[in-house]
Amino acid sequence: MSAPGTSAITAAEVAQSVRNGATTAAAVLEAHLATIAAREPDIHAFNLVTADRARERAAHIDDQVAKGIDPGPLAGVTVALKDNMCTHGVPTTCSSKILEGWVPPYDATVVSVLQAAGAVVVGKTNLDEFAMGSSTENSAFGPTRNPHDTSRVPGGSSGGSAAAVAAGFSQFSLGSDTGGSIRQPAALCGVVGVKPTYGYVSRYGLVAFASSLDQIGPFTNTVADSALVLDVIGGHDPLDSTSIPKAHPSLVSVLDQGVEGLRVGRITDLPAGADPDVQERLEAAFDALQSAGATIVDVQVPAFTFGLTAYYLIAPAEASSNLARYDGVRYGLRVDAPDTNAMYGATRAAGFGDEVKRRIMLGTYALSAGYYDAYYGKALKVRRLIHDDFQRAYQHADVLLTPTSPSVAFPFGSKGDNPFAMYLCDTYTIPTNLAGHPGMSVPYGTGADGLPVGVQVLAGTLQEPTMFRVAAALERSLGDSK
Amino acid sequence: MSDRISAADVAKVARLSRLDVTSEEIDRMTVQLDGMLEHFADIDALDLAAVEPMTQPYPLVNVFRADVPQPCLDREEVLAAAPAAEDGRFRVPPTVGYEP
Repeated sequence: MSAPGTSAITAAEVAQSVRNGATTAAAVLEAHLATIAAREPDIHAFNLVTADRARERAAHIDDQVAKGIDPGPLAGVTVALKDNMCTHGVPTTCSSKILEGWVPPYDATVVSVLQAAGAVVVGKTNLDEFAMGSSTENSAFGPTRNPHDTSRVPGGSSGGSAAAVAAGFSQFSLGSDTGGSIRQPAALCGVVGVKPTYGYVSRYGLVAFASSLDQIGPFTNTVADSALVLDVIGGHDPLDSTSIPKAHPSLVSVLDQGVEGLRVGRITDLPAGADPDVQERLEAAFDALQSAGATIVDVQVPAFTFGLTAYYLIAPAEASSNLARYDGVRYGLRVDAPDTNAMYGATRAAGFGDEVKRRIMLGTYALSAGYYDAYYGKALKVRRLIHDDFQRAYQHADVLLTPTSPSVAFPFGSKGDNPFAMYLCDTYTIPTNLAGHPGMSVPYGTGADGLPVGVQVLAGTLQEPTMFRVAAALERSLGDSK
Repeated sequence: MSDRISAADVAKVARLSRLDVTSEEIDRMTVQLDGMLEHFADIDALDLAAVEPMTQPYPLVNVFRADVPQPCLDREEVLAAAPAAEDGRFRVPPTVGYEP
């Protein structure tokens, strides 16, 4: 089951070995840099590999260990960051020409927290421009290729982060998920990917796409590693006014609790569209959970099917507002013009790619006078319906199980010129973002052409502990069948 | 070309978005946006009269902090990232009064 290039040891094991002196952060890092040197030219997971900085950090951690100081729960563990998270002194581009070369004057909270826990940042990963896309084909710097088959996409928008973990370039990575941008690439690359409850992880320093939907989460090789990372990065941050003002219970501590007595919901009115090979793996997952002691129950989420429409009105509306800041004044690209209005129009035309322009225009339209009630206002009401339908389902089920992606990884260019064909990739992931609930993708065997298939576990607000118990049980069931 | 959105609408939206677009782009965007709006019609049949809009997943309250000075971003570092700066400020082309 292991992905190509994946090291057999987990982040938890690396941290333990570095802390007790069995290995060094430098040795761990050099092994990953060697893998990057060998395979990155084929994969293009990174916009930037920060080898020198990483070597300094690793040396610092080894120095701490030598002095008897504990570097933290992620001591010497390598991490790749989606290139929409601000890193002080290291360029942050969002894979857009409009931010090419921009060097942030501060760190995102997740970056400071990871470093304080001993993690070593190896680089910034490629994404669909401003996280808008499901294949990483929209990057201004060229696509990332799927480590399982380089003729196929890794998914998106966090395709670089998913590919980095799948290819063994880093022990884990961080992505952001607005409508499925962690879970869908995790499924396509055969790794674990988690979108936590909205507000679980600070968004301070995450370049905003759609602020009421964006959430940061991990990509890892194992469910336990995702729990470990979330235990480190989760929690309240005074710098993010939407961060939930309370501490989260440990996820690592619930992994062995099993699923005896849990109710696992099957959504009987889920929109059609999943390929038979994906559906087959979902059925296998239901069977495995039942064998492990869970009860399978039927539930309905009637408004699920309206998720795409609500999302593609709300997310572009928020994006059109958030991306107004790229105006050639304070950072990034400027195209000179005789007055400011002409400068804005020329700068934004030159700096943004087609998909970003399309969403800015769609969002501006949905918010404009005469159309606000018909589009944006209506979408907000549909969002409420989706949220309430999920809440009703969670009265009968502790978690819900769905496909993550309708298909395995698809070939480059296969969605053609029709933007909506690409949007359909997120059919099963989007409603969760609208509701603000957590969801995660767990690799669950292979489908067509031997490519990875992910199963999605969904839960209600702050029900991460239950979601992780189910994910851990799924992972164990795969081990049993090997 | 379309019942839902016209090329003139798209040109207006581009102007509101501060995006210079070519006439070829306007034509292409009109077709694409029209296709999307056609799909979005799936919610037209829903009875939403009694439904409260949902703007945020988590109840938001105003957040206050003590009025204590905190370190802020370094001005030189911030201005170094700007396309143009002068005398400790961002420099921009004329905002009013320019006659081409």
